[in-house]
Amino acid sequence: METAAQQVPLEHFLVLSAILFSLGVYGVLTRRNAVLILMSVELMLNAASINMVAFAAYTAPQAFTGIIFAVFIITVAAAEVGLALAIILRIFRNRQTANVDELDQLKW
Amino acid sequence: MTVTQFFFYLIAALAVAGGLGVVLARSTVYAALFLILALLAVAGVYILLASEFLALVQVLIYGGAVTVLLLFALMLTRTGDLPEAMTGAQWPVAAFTSAVLMGLLIAAGATSDWPGDTGNIAIIPFETVGDALFGQWAVPFEIASLVLLVALIGAIVLARQEEGE
Repeated sequence: METAAQQVPLEHFLVLSAILFSLGVYGVLTRRNAVLILMSVELMLNAASINMVAFAAYTAPQAFTGIIFAVFIITVAAAEVGLALAIILRIFRNRQTANVDELDQLKW
Repeated sequence: MTVTQFFFYLIAALAVAGGLGVVLARSTVYAALFLILALLAVAGVYILLASEFLALVQVLIYGGAVTVLLLFALMLTRTGDLPEAMTGAQWPVAAFTSAVLMGLLIAAGATSDWPGDTGNIAIIPFETVGDALFGQWAVPFEIASLVLLVALIGAIVLARQEEGE
């Protein structure tokens, strides 16, 4: 297994991923527009992928399962975005809004 | 500071700036453009981790398809009325929650004792990954293609304009 001289320790990738994930959480909790919430979810998925790939590269080069995980995360994210946008379009057509705080039919 | 370190911190700063833009931008279109910046920076992180295939997939699928889809959705769901508040009133609670989560994640990542060599990366040849994807992981791979097909059909059914609507 070939190794590359790498001066950035694993922990720095984990910190970057933690920052991106927390930003995504903040966006999901505060944004009102459903499309913007979806963008924040994409940010969180990417943070998780960074973790997976970093662990694959640093700690388990023989297993490299992290890279396979990242491929599947991207695949499922693509499917998720397509479906979610169809649902948002449907809601918009019925309710003339894409703001999640105005969708309160289930509230009583 | 070596070249690798310089590029890592540059790309990390770009990713964090993009992420901040996604959650803080006042305009939805600016948020989408900041998302492109963040996603391309993540592709750069993949290159630094010697996963150039993932970086390509990231640019093609996230940087291209997903963001175009998101911009389309923004365009189709525009109400065109007065600029309204982009964020809800719950932002202090959300900021507190995400700050605590960030602190916990960073503490867990920095203090844990990870196995393996955490100072050097091992370059994984992509032929090996391709072999594994079509050998050991062939069944999940096929299921992923089914998931994509079902999502495609579901999206068409959901978004279709019905008669009399």
